[in-house]
Amino acid sequence: MKTRDLTDLALRNLREAILRNALTTLGVAVGVASLVAMLSLGVGLQQLASKRLSQSGLFDTIFVTPKNNFRGMGRPQPRDASADKPPRTLDEDARKELEKLPNVIEVYPQIRFFTEVRFNNKPYSTVVAGMPESSRNSGAFDGMQGNFFSSASADEAILQIEFAKDLSDKPSSLVGQDLLLRYAERQATPAAGNDPSFPGGFSVVPKELKLKIIGVVETEPAAGYGGYGNARLLIPLHTATTLRAAQVNDLRDIVRGDTADKITYSSLSVRAKSPSQVEALEASIKTMGFNAFSLLDASKSLRTFFSVFDLLLGIFGSLALAVATLGIINTLVMAILERRREIGVLKALGAADSDVQQLFFVEAGVMGFLGGILGVTLGWLLGRAITFGTNVYLKRQSLNPIDLSSVPWWLVILALVFAVLVSLGAGLYPASRAAKLNPVDALRYE
Amino acid sequence: MADTHPAIQLDHISRHYHMGETSVRAVDDVSLRVGRGEFLALLGSSGSGKSTLLNLMAGLDRPTSGFLLADGANLASLSPLELARYRRSSVGMIFQSFNLLPRMTLEENIELPLRLAEVDRSERASRVHEVLERVRLTHRIGHRPSELSGGEQQRVAIARALVNRPKILLADEPTGNLDSTTGEAILDLLRDVQGQLGMTIVMVTHERPLAERFADRLATMGDGKLLSISPAPKAFAQ
Repeated sequence: MKTRDLTDLALRNLREAILRNALTTLGVAVGVASLVAMLSLGVGLQQLASKRLSQSGLFDTIFVTPKNNFRGMGRPQPRDASADKPPRTLDEDARKELEKLPNVIEVYPQIRFFTEVRFNNKPYSTVVAGMPESSRNSGAFDGMQGNFFSSASADEAILQIEFAKDLSDKPSSLVGQDLLLRYAERQATPAAGNDPSFPGGFSVVPKELKLKIIGVVETEPAAGYGGYGNARLLIPLHTATTLRAAQVNDLRDIVRGDTADKITYSSLSVRAKSPSQVEALEASIKTMGFNAFSLLDASKSLRTFFSVFDLLLGIFGSLALAVATLGIINTLVMAILERRREIGVLKALGAADSDVQQLFFVEAGVMGFLGGILGVTLGWLLGRAITFGTNVYLKRQSLNPIDLSSVPWWLVILALVFAVLVSLGAGLYPASRAAKLNPVDALRYE
Repeated sequence: MADTHPAIQLDHISRHYHMGETSVRAVDDVSLRVGRGEFLALLGSSGSGKSTLLNLMAGLDRPTSGFLLADGANLASLSPLELARYRRSSVGMIFQSFNLLPRMTLEENIELPLRLAEVDRSERASRVHEVLERVRLTHRIGHRPSELSGGEQQRVAIARALVNRPKILLADEPTGNLDSTTGEAILDLLRDVQGQLGMTIVMVTHERPLAERFADRLATMGDGKLLSISPAPKAFAQ
């Protein structure tokens, strides 16, 4: 029989027992929907995580510190070939050198200092941090109240929400108000003549700077890494640099006898063009005589985690589809009993075994395909519903909404193909049973 | 009436069934020739094996032993696919209970063998119309079988059997579900078809008077064996 006739007949048969076939198709749809919903959650969570992480700059950033850093990374530095190089100071020259390395987008220092802020004539202690321009896209400023810095050297401040709550009961009312930053400026004192016992140093002078509050943010980008505790007052990086505020490593530099008027950094962040270039870049920074550290390994294990996570979700989703498969088998076996005589007539009129088999096969395939389409739609809706519910919950907790589920094209096509294949598999037994029916017996059947 | 090139030729055909330990000889060593254009009636009581013999000729069943030549092929040695093709193009079959598909219209029922034979769509409508005209049911083309009387349904079944232009028409108790007047009308129609199209007809029936009136020869079966074969009295009269 020609494909068109076969499809005609199959559709006609499906229409005749519309209720039963619709229920079976719905069974397939529910199976596919659960699969799609599960996988879309998996994919959505993975996208959410990797988007946040790549925006945060954690995976394309290398943290460079001098070798003789007192603070270290909280653990002994691994000894490698580059360990024999003489330790170098992380100064402006080193920064320029790092900027010239291939595939580097930017190099910026970590500027953080502990200081006092005056607001409404009341003193508050806090950590101030300089924010590079690139942190604008890190995701941490998404959904913030107010705006990001108008320029890289503006006298503006963004408050971390907890700090803002300390300042006022209504954090949002702070935007537009001024606060006073009091800090210790580092001023170099030249060496006193030829006295070798005093090679020079710096004095600390109290200074003040008026800052305009332009925003309130939930968290600090890359909080808890590479700094001295969480910063609660964020200012543009260039503004922070020009303050020349005394930092923790200044004392160390003096002890070591480094030239006082030379700016040194406790750490520099080197941003690569993409995470794939991080490894090579890290190696070349190490050969320059610095410590380098990146979170690339963490990203690899994250990907492994999500693969396993998706697999588990897929297995749970498939269980529903397995039940739907039994539904198709049941429906088609019932259809054979019901249409026994019809099969006999078809065979008497000259239908080959393969014609009858294909007829049942197409019926199973059509139910699978329709169930697949319906299932993908249902699954997508289910994902949206879960996202909606989650966001209602997040809003109550005053957190930012997230996109929890994602149905990419490959998932739609995969689900459809899977639904049709599973249905054809389910049709295998009924179809071959129908094909093997003895026409004489079938015609005698009442 | 048997000629040298018969439409159907049976040589020592047997069909045995196994029911548990016992073996049932539904057809037992039957030899028979049906000539081209002949109308043969197979008579016998229930269980005499006449329907089994018809199913063998129809290619719906295979003989346990013997040689069965129909339309130039030995049915006993055909593959299932070839046997299906034989049923599709060489024979047409009508049944006591009509066996029309109730959910399809007359047109669709009659079109079914054309679909199976992969006849072009463009040609189908005219073929359906042609056979419907032959059985004088053109005006009911869009109706469903349940909207028709028994006699009309059997006429549709005949139209369906003829639509692929087979050489042999096999009828299993075609008047069994009809009153005598309608039954006679159906047999009249079969005679017309035989005459106009030169078809070979084998009809199973237990109504001897009807068979005597319409058939050319009568073959009587009992216990799976062919008991007698004789020209119909009508033929003598002619």
